[in-house]
Amino acid sequence: MIYYLLSMLLFLIGLYGVLVKRNLIKIIIGLVLMEYATFLFLALVGYKKGGTAPIITKGFEKAVFVDPLPQALVLTAIVIGLATTALLVSIAVRIYQRYGTFDIREIRRLKG
Amino acid sequence: MIELYLLLILMILGAIIALESRNLLSAIISLGIVGFGLTLIFLVLQAPDLAIVQIVVETLSLIILIAAILKTTREDTTEEWGAKKIFLYLGGLAFLVIFLISVKGALKFLPPFGEPLMRMAGPYLKLGLEKTGAANLVAAVILDFRGYDTLGEAAVLFTAAMGVIAVLRKIGRKN
Repeated sequence: MIYYLLSMLLFLIGLYGVLVKRNLIKIIIGLVLMEYATFLFLALVGYKKGGTAPIITKGFEKAVFVDPLPQALVLTAIVIGLATTALLVSIAVRIYQRYGTFDIREIRRLKG
Repeated sequence: MIELYLLLILMILGAIIALESRNLLSAIISLGIVGFGLTLIFLVLQAPDLAIVQIVVETLSLIILIAAILKTTREDTTEEWGAKKIFLYLGGLAFLVIFLISVKGALKFLPPFGEPLMRMAGPYLKLGLEKTGAANLVAAVILDFRGYDTLGEAAVLFTAAMGVIAVLRKIGRKN
Protein backbone atom coordinates (compact mmCIF):
# COMPACT_ATOMS: atom_id res chain seq x y z
CA MET A 1 0.00 0.00 0.00
CA ILE A 2 2.70 2.50 0.98
CA TYR A 3 4.65 1.53 -2.16
CA TYR A 4 1.66 2.44 -4.31
CA LEU A 5 1.37 5.78 -2.53
CA LEU A 6 5.08 6.53 -3.05
CA SER A 7 4.81 5.79 -6.78
CA MET A 8 1.77 8.11 -6.93
CA LEU A 9 3.87 10.76 -5.18
CA LEU A 10 6.49 10.41 -7.93
CA PHE A 11 3.72 10.80 -10.51
CA LEU A 12 2.54 13.96 -8.76
CA ILE A 13 6.05 15.44 -8.72
CA GLY A 14 6.16 14.93 -12.50
CA LEU A 15 2.73 16.52 -12.86
CA TYR A 16 3.93 19.49 -10.79
CA GLY A 17 6.86 19.88 -13.20
CA VAL A 18 4.58 19.83 -16.23
CA LEU A 19 2.11 22.33 -14.77
CA VAL A 20 4.35 24.82 -12.96
CA LYS A 21 7.74 24.91 -14.71
CA ARG A 22 8.29 27.37 -17.53
CA ASN A 23 11.35 25.80 -19.12
CA LEU A 24 10.68 23.40 -21.99
CA ILE A 25 13.39 20.96 -20.86
CA LYS A 26 11.92 20.95 -17.34
CA ILE A 27 8.50 20.15 -18.81
CA ILE A 28 9.99 17.24 -20.74
CA ILE A 29 11.67 16.02 -17.53
CA GLY A 30 8.29 16.18 -15.79
CA LEU A 31 6.67 14.08 -18.52
CA VAL A 32 9.46 11.48 -18.28
CA LEU A 33 8.98 11.36 -14.50
CA MET A 34 5.27 10.69 -14.94
CA GLU A 35 6.10 7.87 -17.36
CA TYR A 36 8.52 6.31 -14.90
CA ALA A 37 5.97 6.51 -12.09
CA THR A 38 3.43 4.68 -14.24
CA PHE A 39 5.91 1.91 -15.09
CA LEU A 40 6.78 1.62 -11.42
CA PHE A 41 3.12 1.33 -10.45
CA LEU A 42 2.43 -1.40 -13.02
CA ALA A 43 5.52 -3.37 -11.99
CA LEU A 44 4.42 -3.09 -8.35
CA VAL A 45 0.93 -4.35 -9.20
CA GLY A 46 2.35 -7.47 -10.86
CA TYR A 47 4.68 -8.45 -8.01
CA LYS A 48 3.94 -11.63 -6.11
CA LYS A 49 5.44 -12.35 -2.72
CA GLY A 50 8.10 -15.05 -2.93
CA GLY A 51 7.76 -15.20 -6.70
CA THR A 52 10.64 -15.49 -9.13
CA ALA A 53 11.12 -13.99 -12.58
CA PRO A 54 8.82 -15.74 -15.10
CA ILE A 55 11.54 -17.71 -16.86
CA ILE A 56 11.07 -21.49 -16.98
CA THR A 57 14.24 -23.46 -16.31
CA LYS A 58 14.77 -27.20 -15.88
CA GLY A 59 13.88 -28.38 -12.40
CA PHE A 60 11.89 -25.21 -11.60
CA GLU A 61 8.77 -25.84 -13.68
CA LYS A 62 6.54 -25.63 -10.62
CA ALA A 63 8.09 -22.47 -9.14
CA VAL A 64 5.90 -19.50 -8.17
CA PHE A 65 6.19 -16.79 -10.80
CA VAL A 66 5.37 -13.08 -10.70
CA ASP A 67 2.72 -11.83 -13.14
CA PRO A 68 4.25 -11.64 -16.65
CA LEU A 69 1.44 -9.59 -18.21
CA PRO A 70 2.17 -6.15 -16.62
CA GLN A 71 5.86 -6.72 -17.34
CA ALA A 72 5.13 -7.27 -21.03
CA LEU A 73 2.94 -4.15 -21.19
CA VAL A 74 5.57 -2.05 -19.40
CA LEU A 75 8.24 -3.37 -21.78
CA THR A 76 6.36 -1.99 -24.80
CA ALA A 77 5.58 1.25 -22.96
CA ILE A 78 9.25 1.89 -22.08
CA VAL A 79 10.29 1.75 -25.73
CA ILE A 80 7.43 4.02 -26.80
CA GLY A 81 8.43 6.43 -24.01
CA LEU A 82 11.92 6.71 -25.49
CA ALA A 83 10.48 7.48 -28.94
CA THR A 84 8.15 10.20 -27.64
CA THR A 85 10.97 11.73 -25.58
CA ALA A 86 13.17 11.91 -28.66
CA LEU A 87 10.37 13.61 -30.62
CA LEU A 88 9.74 16.13 -27.82
CA VAL A 89 13.44 16.97 -27.49
CA SER A 90 13.86 17.47 -31.23
CA ILE A 91 10.88 19.84 -31.32
CA ALA A 92 12.31 21.72 -28.31
CA VAL A 93 15.69 22.09 -30.07
CA ARG A 94 13.94 23.50 -33.16
CA ILE A 95 12.00 25.97 -31.01
CA TYR A 96 15.24 27.09 -29.37
CA GLN A 97 16.84 27.67 -32.75
CA ARG A 98 13.88 29.81 -33.81
CA TYR A 99 13.30 31.81 -30.62
CA GLY A 100 16.62 31.63 -28.76
CA THR A 101 15.01 30.59 -25.47
CA PHE A 102 13.34 27.68 -23.69
CA ASP A 103 11.01 30.00 -21.75
CA ILE A 104 7.44 29.19 -22.74
CA ARG A 105 6.32 32.77 -21.99
CA GLU A 106 8.67 34.03 -24.69
CA ILE A 107 7.63 31.60 -27.41
CA ARG A 108 3.93 32.46 -27.40
CA ARG A 109 4.22 34.86 -30.29
CA LEU A 110 3.65 33.28 -33.67
CA LYS A 111 6.02 33.71 -36.58
CA GLY A 112 4.73 32.89 -40.01
CA MET B 1 11.35 -4.98 1.71
CA ILE B 2 13.54 -2.19 3.05
CA GLU B 3 15.53 -1.83 -0.19
CA LEU B 4 12.36 -0.92 -2.05
CA TYR B 5 11.67 1.92 0.40
CA LEU B 6 15.23 3.23 0.10
CA LEU B 7 15.15 3.15 -3.70
CA LEU B 8 11.74 4.84 -3.84
CA ILE B 9 12.87 7.64 -1.53
CA LEU B 10 16.07 8.06 -3.59
CA MET B 11 13.94 8.31 -6.74
CA ILE B 12 11.65 10.91 -5.21
CA LEU B 13 14.61 13.02 -4.03
CA GLY B 14 16.18 12.73 -7.49
CA ALA B 15 12.91 13.84 -9.08
CA ILE B 16 12.67 16.91 -6.85
CA ILE B 17 16.30 17.88 -7.58
CA ALA B 18 15.73 17.32 -11.32
CA LEU B 19 12.83 19.76 -11.32
CA GLU B 20 14.26 22.41 -8.98
CA SER B 21 17.86 22.62 -10.21
CA ARG B 22 18.90 25.86 -11.92
CA ASN B 23 21.44 24.09 -14.14
CA LEU B 24 19.79 22.00 -16.83
CA LEU B 25 22.75 19.60 -17.06
CA SER B 26 22.50 18.68 -13.38
CA ALA B 27 18.72 18.43 -13.78
CA ILE B 28 19.17 15.83 -16.51
CA ILE B 29 21.75 13.91 -14.48
CA SER B 30 19.29 13.85 -11.56
CA LEU B 31 16.74 12.43 -13.98
CA GLY B 32 19.32 9.67 -14.51
CA ILE B 33 19.15 8.93 -10.76
CA VAL B 34 15.41 8.30 -11.14
CA GLY B 35 15.83 6.14 -14.25
CA PHE B 36 18.59 3.94 -12.89
CA GLY B 37 16.81 3.69 -9.54
CA LEU B 38 13.84 2.39 -11.53
CA THR B 39 16.17 -0.21 -13.08
CA LEU B 40 17.20 -1.43 -9.62
CA ILE B 41 13.56 -1.54 -8.53
CA PHE B 42 12.72 -3.72 -11.53
CA LEU B 43 15.48 -6.10 -10.45
CA VAL B 44 14.09 -6.18 -6.90
CA LEU B 45 10.60 -6.86 -8.29
CA GLN B 46 11.84 -9.88 -10.28
CA ALA B 47 11.58 -8.29 -13.72
CA PRO B 48 15.01 -8.74 -15.35
CA ASP B 49 13.71 -8.07 -18.89
CA LEU B 50 12.38 -4.70 -17.81
CA ALA B 51 15.66 -3.88 -16.07
CA ILE B 52 17.69 -4.60 -19.23
CA VAL B 53 15.40 -2.53 -21.46
CA GLN B 54 15.26 0.30 -18.90
CA ILE B 55 19.08 0.53 -18.72
CA VAL B 56 19.34 0.84 -22.51
CA VAL B 57 16.45 3.32 -22.79
CA GLU B 58 17.63 5.46 -19.87
CA THR B 59 21.14 5.71 -21.30
CA LEU B 60 19.77 6.64 -24.72
CA SER B 61 17.37 9.25 -23.41
CA LEU B 62 20.11 10.83 -21.26
CA ILE B 63 22.33 11.01 -24.34
CA ILE B 64 19.51 12.63 -26.36
CA LEU B 65 18.73 15.18 -23.64
CA ILE B 66 22.40 16.07 -23.02
CA ALA B 67 23.00 16.44 -26.77
CA ALA B 68 20.07 18.87 -26.90
CA ILE B 69 21.48 20.81 -23.93
CA LEU B 70 24.95 21.02 -25.48
CA LYS B 71 23.44 22.38 -28.69
CA THR B 72 21.37 25.01 -26.90
CA THR B 73 21.82 26.34 -23.37
CA ARG B 74 22.48 25.03 -19.88
CA GLU B 75 20.99 27.82 -17.82
CA ASP B 76 17.40 27.79 -16.66
CA THR B 77 16.57 31.50 -16.44
CA THR B 78 12.82 31.10 -15.99
CA GLU B 79 12.88 30.67 -12.21
CA GLU B 80 11.56 33.59 -10.18
CA TRP B 81 11.04 34.12 -6.49
CA GLY B 82 8.38 36.04 -4.64
CA ALA B 83 4.77 35.88 -3.59
CA LYS B 84 3.74 34.17 -6.84
CA LYS B 85 6.17 31.31 -6.29
CA ILE B 86 5.05 30.75 -2.70
CA PHE B 87 1.44 30.76 -3.88
CA LEU B 88 2.30 28.15 -6.51
CA TYR B 89 4.04 25.96 -3.92
CA LEU B 90 1.10 26.17 -1.52
CA GLY B 91 -1.39 25.39 -4.27
CA GLY B 92 0.69 22.45 -5.43
CA LEU B 93 0.96 21.12 -1.90
CA ALA B 94 -2.80 21.34 -1.37
CA PHE B 95 -3.41 19.55 -4.68
CA LEU B 96 -0.92 16.85 -3.68
CA VAL B 97 -2.63 16.19 -0.37
CA ILE B 98 -6.08 16.01 -1.97
CA PHE B 99 -4.83 13.70 -4.73
CA LEU B 100 -3.07 11.37 -2.30
CA ILE B 101 -6.18 11.11 -0.12
CA SER B 102 -8.33 10.21 -3.13
CA VAL B 103 -5.71 7.71 -4.32
CA LYS B 104 -5.74 6.13 -0.87
CA GLY B 105 -9.50 5.66 -1.24
CA ALA B 106 -9.12 4.17 -4.70
CA LEU B 107 -6.33 1.78 -3.71
CA LYS B 108 -8.74 -0.04 -1.37
CA PHE B 109 -10.19 -1.74 -4.45
CA LEU B 110 -6.83 -3.07 -5.64
CA PRO B 111 -5.53 -6.41 -4.36
CA PRO B 112 -2.91 -5.83 -1.63
CA PHE B 113 0.76 -5.56 -2.54
CA GLY B 114 2.34 -8.95 -3.21
CA GLU B 115 -0.90 -10.80 -4.02
CA PRO B 116 -1.92 -10.08 -7.62
CA LEU B 117 -5.13 -11.59 -9.01
CA MET B 118 -3.42 -13.10 -12.11
CA ARG B 119 -6.79 -14.04 -13.66
CA MET B 120 -5.37 -13.33 -17.10
CA ALA B 121 -1.83 -14.56 -16.49
CA GLY B 122 -2.77 -17.97 -15.11
CA PRO B 123 -3.24 -19.64 -18.53
CA TYR B 124 -0.15 -17.87 -19.84
CA LEU B 125 1.94 -19.34 -17.04
CA LYS B 126 0.43 -22.79 -17.39
CA LEU B 127 0.37 -23.15 -21.18
CA GLY B 128 3.08 -20.69 -22.21
CA LEU B 129 5.86 -23.20 -22.65
CA GLU B 130 3.96 -25.81 -24.64
CA LYS B 131 2.01 -23.30 -26.76
CA THR B 132 4.84 -20.98 -27.73
CA GLY B 133 8.03 -22.85 -26.91
CA ALA B 134 9.48 -19.77 -25.23
CA ALA B 135 11.06 -20.37 -21.83
CA ASN B 136 10.88 -16.66 -21.02
CA LEU B 137 7.19 -16.05 -20.43
CA VAL B 138 7.45 -12.27 -20.85
CA ALA B 139 8.83 -12.84 -24.35
CA ALA B 140 6.01 -15.35 -24.95
CA VAL B 141 3.40 -12.74 -23.98
CA ILE B 142 4.99 -9.98 -26.06
CA LEU B 143 5.67 -11.93 -29.22
CA ASP B 144 2.89 -14.54 -29.21
CA PHE B 145 -0.13 -13.93 -26.98
CA ARG B 146 -0.05 -10.14 -27.45
CA GLY B 147 1.70 -10.01 -30.81
CA TYR B 148 -0.63 -7.35 -32.24
CA ASP B 149 0.24 -5.02 -29.36
CA THR B 150 3.87 -5.31 -30.32
CA LEU B 151 3.00 -4.63 -33.96
CA GLY B 152 1.24 -1.44 -32.89
CA GLU B 153 4.22 -0.50 -30.75
CA ALA B 154 6.53 -0.92 -33.74
CA ALA B 155 4.19 1.33 -35.74
CA VAL B 156 4.33 4.03 -33.03
CA LEU B 157 8.11 3.74 -32.83
CA PHE B 158 8.43 4.09 -36.61
CA THR B 159 6.10 7.10 -36.66
CA ALA B 160 8.07 8.82 -33.88
CA ALA B 161 11.36 8.17 -35.69
CA MET B 162 9.86 9.65 -38.88
CA GLY B 163 8.74 12.66 -36.85
CA VAL B 164 12.23 13.20 -35.42
CA ILE B 165 13.77 12.99 -38.89
CA ALA B 166 11.17 15.36 -40.33
CA VAL B 167 11.68 17.92 -37.55
CA LEU B 168 15.48 17.80 -37.49
CA ARG B 169 16.22 17.58 -41.24
CA LYS B 170 18.35 20.27 -42.83
CA ILE B 171 17.89 19.51 -46.54
CA GLY B 172 14.83 21.04 -48.14
CA ARG B 173 14.08 23.57 -45.39
CA LYS B 174 13.46 27.16 -46.32
CA ASN B 175 14.95 28.60 -43.13
